[in-house]
Amino acid sequence: MSGIPSFTVETSTTTSQVTMVFCIIFALLMFSMPLWAESSLMHWCVEVICFLVLAMMWNLMAGYGGLVSVGQQAFVGLGGYGLFILAQHLDVNPFASVLISGVVCAALAIPMAKVFFRLKGGYFAIGTWVGSEIAKISISNIPFLGAGSGQSLTVMVKIPHDTRENITYWIACMLLFASFIALYALLRSRFGLGLTAIRDSEAAAESQGVPVDRLKLQVFVLSAFGSGLVGALYYLSILRISPSAGFDLAWVVAATFIVVIGGIGTLEGPIVGCAVFFLLRYFLADYGVWYWLIMGIVAITVMIAFPKGIWGFVQQKWGWRIFSLQRKLVLK
Amino acid sequence: MLKTHQLKAFYGDFQALFGIDFEIGQSETVAIIGSNGAGKSTFLKSICGLIKSPNETVRLENHSIGELPAEARVRLGISLVPEGRKLFRSLSVEENLRIGGFAKRDGYWNLARVYELFPALIEKKYAPATSLSGGQQQMVAIGRALLSNPKLLLCDEISLGLSPLVVKDIYNALPKICAEGLSVVLVEQDIDAALKASNRYYCFMHGKVSLSGESSFAKRRDISAAYFGITEDQS
Amino acid sequence: MMEWLDMVIQGILLGGLYALFAIGLSITYGVMRLVNIAHGDFIVLAGYATLPLVAYLHWHPFVALPLVMLIMAMLGYVLQTTLLNKTIGPDILPPLLVTFGLSIVIQNGLQQLFSADAQALQIGDLQIASLQIGEDLAIGWFPLLVFMVALAMTFGVNYLFNHTDTGMSLRATSDDPITASLMGIRAQHVYGVALALSFALVAVGGVFSAIRTTFTPSTGPISLLYAFESVVIGGLGSIWGTFAGAVILGVAQALGSKFDSGYGILAGHMMFLLILIFKPDGLFPRTRA
Repeated sequence: MSGIPSFTVETSTTTSQVTMVFCIIFALLMFSMPLWAESSLMHWCVEVICFLVLAMMWNLMAGYGGLVSVGQQAFVGLGGYGLFILAQHLDVNPFASVLISGVVCAALAIPMAKVFFRLKGGYFAIGTWVGSEIAKISISNIPFLGAGSGQSLTVMVKIPHDTRENITYWIACMLLFASFIALYALLRSRFGLGLTAIRDSEAAAESQGVPVDRLKLQVFVLSAFGSGLVGALYYLSILRISPSAGFDLAWVVAATFIVVIGGIGTLEGPIVGCAVFFLLRYFLADYGVWYWLIMGIVAITVMIAFPKGIWGFVQQKWGWRIFSLQRKLVLK
Repeated sequence: MLKTHQLKAFYGDFQALFGIDFEIGQSETVAIIGSNGAGKSTFLKSICGLIKSPNETVRLENHSIGELPAEARVRLGISLVPEGRKLFRSLSVEENLRIGGFAKRDGYWNLARVYELFPALIEKKYAPATSLSGGQQQMVAIGRALLSNPKLLLCDEISLGLSPLVVKDIYNALPKICAEGLSVVLVEQDIDAALKASNRYYCFMHGKVSLSGESSFAKRRDISAAYFGITEDQS
Repeated sequence: MMEWLDMVIQGILLGGLYALFAIGLSITYGVMRLVNIAHGDFIVLAGYATLPLVAYLHWHPFVALPLVMLIMAMLGYVLQTTLLNKTIGPDILPPLLVTFGLSIVIQNGLQQLFSADAQALQIGDLQIASLQIGEDLAIGWFPLLVFMVALAMTFGVNYLFNHTDTGMSLRATSDDPITASLMGIRAQHVYGVALALSFALVAVGGVFSAIRTTFTPSTGPISLLYAFESVVIGGLGSIWGTFAGAVILGVAQALGSKFDSGYGILAGHMMFLLILIFKPDGLFPRTRA
């Protein structure tokens, strides 16, 4: 009768421990920016953070939950308008409104999911898009929200310029780190294991007792929460919203491309994708349409030749991992 | 007419066949028997092209065909009656039969002759194929394969899930099928039916040929050993 | 009263155009579970493809139509066999993401080639000519023509699927591509045929749409939404169901715009939403045996 060899389960590696240190340094750097950085740099950071978090939310849905949505912009718009309704019209503290707006989006996501989950695969993707259009057209017809031309967050005039900018910036930083920590923790938990099972085989996962429908709902709601926060934050920082901007398809196009090019289903992917996205934007700024054309061609090529994206390819080839989500069985 | 040489097959990392040497001549009926998971279906799929192999390992009339896809092998005259019938549910009975002829090979078999072989199908011509009983569906599946006028007919467990009476009916049709010079490979779990209907047999176990010989001289005890892997000491 | 009847008729005729959009989408989903997110952009592409034929060869759009249909059908076949066949498989992400990418490429490519200016195809007097029925009712000749063509093409597609060998191949491959290969049918080729057929319909819809209203590189996506809504309202699996769904959508939009000119599209969306909530399988679903 042979015995079981003794073993441990490893979840972190040297790389990931180095990363931890690096992250802490990075966090200190980011949070201290208002002390030494220029206004325009902070503004740019807020924008990058918005795109990155939005991409992470899209990645959570598509890469981990298997739900491709072309309607994520609905929550960006609803989050933005939520902020305006709360801060501009209901006199709630604008900074607190960001969080409340996110929660409202999460709440709205529940009935939306119930309806749109009746559609599967590609039809679900387009269905969520229709949902976004409904939200957009409805808001365009509400006069006190500025109807089609939108409105400005004039209530912010009461707050001194520097304070407003700094707090907006710190909210962005908090959103970034909170998102990462939350996702990382979630994906390492049973929730994350369940998602990976669904991703590999929905039928097999179901037969093993994984509550597929419930997990998908949770992923959808979480993603809506994050996207709503992004919307509220973005429009807090630029102080003006309109239906065509808040519900612009470009939001989900950007999120999709960032995730696909960077590496779908990985935590590092959106970071890589975001870097590519903004680099391309910088170099092709003067070439208008070429920017999107090239993004599109790159996305198609990546999907066909490197379906796991840049980071997925790197991970497969060289086993690099910054945020270790894997468990290694180490035999003694 | 068809030979395989050291044929191997893999499903991903899992090896299902470990080097099968097999041959069948013109107008021969060969049975392949073995328990579940022995590799019989995998073998048939390798011959008809659903699973590809190194070119040389499968040879039809001295042509290497291992790398050809199924669509090409049908045109060369290899036809499979798949396990579980696999009729097209969007097609009627007659459409299922006619689609068998899309490979456009000339020969004895046409729609009228298939109806002669299986008269029970005539009144069900326009019914959706999946509304038929198991036995009738099997007739459609066989008729469909015949309509491609094959040289080699591969039958994968045609008695599976059917009552003994129905199985008898179907096996009674076999002589008529073989009368036209067709070579037939019969994969079966029902040993008696398979041996009675065939000239020679192979027994598969764990992806290898464990026994082969003339069907009329097959000894029960040898078959059990080769089928189940039970040796004298263990039985 | 007559005003409402007039609106309903207009909606029905508009539904014909939407049917041309929708049936193509229905075919590719039915045969290979492919949802082409660039579907609407190909509709607008057909309009743009007709522009040079009209501008430089001075062809009437109706004369250019068959050629555009042929070009689009060939484009569909090539696109499927070279690019999209690589994405077909158990994972739903690749085809969605690749066609999404295509959508962006087409929109921006068109903008690069033709600028973002609004374009239109002219057919002269036929555009506004109308057929007088009784005293108070007038039906536009052009919308009626579009509806008739849509009806005819739907009959044609149905006939193709149910009474031809090609249709049998399409149905069999959609049921079971592996067993279809045992019949000598190459799934890759069949998928190409399916997209070619879809694109032929898209071409007709695109040219008619380009005549009906002005178009820009970014007007594609809304056509995709109309096609999709028609399919969902009508129910999956049935070509005539999709046609009915398209007509219902058209009527909903027409009645909505009667209420208030800004509400037409929203009324259509709400109709779609209502069906999705109360009759998620659609109004005329074809259940598979």
